[in-house]
Amino acid sequence: MAATETVEGYNFAYLDEHTKRMIRRAILKAIAIPGYQVPFGSREMPLPYGWGTGGIQVTAAVIGPDDVLKVIDQGSDDTTNAVNIRRFFARTTGVKTTERTLEATIIQTRHRIPETPLRDGQILVYQVPIPEMLRWLEPREAETRKMHALSEYGAMHVKLYEDIARHGYIAATYDYPVIVNERYLMRPSPIPKFDNPKMHMNPALQLFGAGREKRIYAVPPYTAVRSLDFEDHPFETQHWDHACELCGAADSFLDEVIMDDRGTRMFVCSDSEYCLSRREKQQPAVA
Amino acid sequence: MDESPLLEVQELGYSYGTRAACAGITFDLYPGEVLAVVGESGSGKTTLLRCISGQLRPDEGRVLFQTRAGEIADVWAVSEASRRLLTRTDWGFVHQNPRDGLRTDVSAGANIGERLMAIGARRYGNIRQEATAWMYKVELDAARIDDSPQAFSGGMQQRLQISRNLVSQPRLAFMDEPTAGLDVSVQARLLDLLRGLTSDLGLSAVIVTHDLAVARLLAHRTLVMQAGRMVEAGLTDQVLDDPQHAYTQLLVSSALPA
Repeated sequence: MAATETVEGYNFAYLDEHTKRMIRRAILKAIAIPGYQVPFGSREMPLPYGWGTGGIQVTAAVIGPDDVLKVIDQGSDDTTNAVNIRRFFARTTGVKTTERTLEATIIQTRHRIPETPLRDGQILVYQVPIPEMLRWLEPREAETRKMHALSEYGAMHVKLYEDIARHGYIAATYDYPVIVNERYLMRPSPIPKFDNPKMHMNPALQLFGAGREKRIYAVPPYTAVRSLDFEDHPFETQHWDHACELCGAADSFLDEVIMDDRGTRMFVCSDSEYCLSRREKQQPAVA
Repeated sequence: MDESPLLEVQELGYSYGTRAACAGITFDLYPGEVLAVVGESGSGKTTLLRCISGQLRPDEGRVLFQTRAGEIADVWAVSEASRRLLTRTDWGFVHQNPRDGLRTDVSAGANIGERLMAIGARRYGNIRQEATAWMYKVELDAARIDDSPQAFSGGMQQRLQISRNLVSQPRLAFMDEPTAGLDVSVQARLLDLLRGLTSDLGLSAVIVTHDLAVARLLAHRTLVMQAGRMVEAGLTDQVLDDPQHAYTQLLVSSALPA
């Protein structure tokens, strides 16, 4: 992709070096204790909370001049959040950006894991709104930390029980609780549960940043990530009766798009790059 | 009795600043026994209950509990993890206000099942079956298993809270004024239920109450507190029919005749 002009007067990747070191220390600790939420001194960033202030700080701390950055929002490379963050890093670092999952060394994401399997050496940075999975059960921070410390997670199943009692199945579709490395309960940011299995034993390093809540956590490469469930109601991902109407993929997460006022709708891949690359392979002229 | 006590409280004391809320409390509780702690408001009953149930660290004294494995655990010397495990498994705590002890945003069944899930139950069908059985045991309509506790009356909420505590088959239940705030007919029904449950399950209980009728109906033994001290203790009938201490005499004589 065409390099955007870098701006003068800012340190590399916007944050000052001391801040980046502080964040890297938090990241190292997070990697050492998979799934554990490490507090860090989150900075004011030039975008509002909820837009990825946590993810952007993590990316700023790990990015180097040789990195290739991809940013996705809901699986797409061309939505506002993705475009803005990609341009932000292009202008403050001058690194190469890409939409290709395979080319990228760092992928910052909001709400999705790319369909293309990640590989060794890649870093996936998640933007996390609320890192504490137990907040639903317990409003007190001191108490949730104690519950993490003592692995008191049994009550988390109350939420799943309630889903089955009300709907007949586990109706939660996103932000689905996982246990990392058989120890810490983790909130996988609001990715659809369709993506939960991709976190398990993933060769890429997965970093999670929550800016407002000032927490960083991580899933190191090749770490077990297990979604909570019941023996008689096992974890299941969503599936569709359709294939993607653009590329024909039957194995990807689909978005339902309303086409007109008469209720016509089509199902397309949420991961726009995956969809496009499949179409290019089928019909090289499309690109 | 040749059995060893389930709970031993030794010289327990707790102060709020310089004001002693309870001091020098010593008693034993044997398996299957129900002990009532009576006294006026402010006499330190609730503080005592919180100290022995692992919620408030006492300033002095010890609380010893005989675990299922037959070992004696010093409640305030063991690790916090084991203390919390104890409160979730071997103990139950019934709050005066059922909303303090219930999750009001999930269904009745989830409330009952929570302890089972907390100790590792992972089969939905079994949890549900158990919840249904417990609703029946506490005389709740099992058809309302998926209703929110908010849709339940005060008496039903209290029974739900009791079942939620007893589902892990605790051996000791702490109850803080379990019948206060309920109307008289509901109180009677709840007391009847509690009496049945304690005798059927061989459950021991420490019940804090200011209602002597509750003590008389449920408790084998009664402990009378005044200004943070134990002024009299003994078999309930003995204490209530032949009170020795002036304060107990006052307490008994001020109860309205039934």
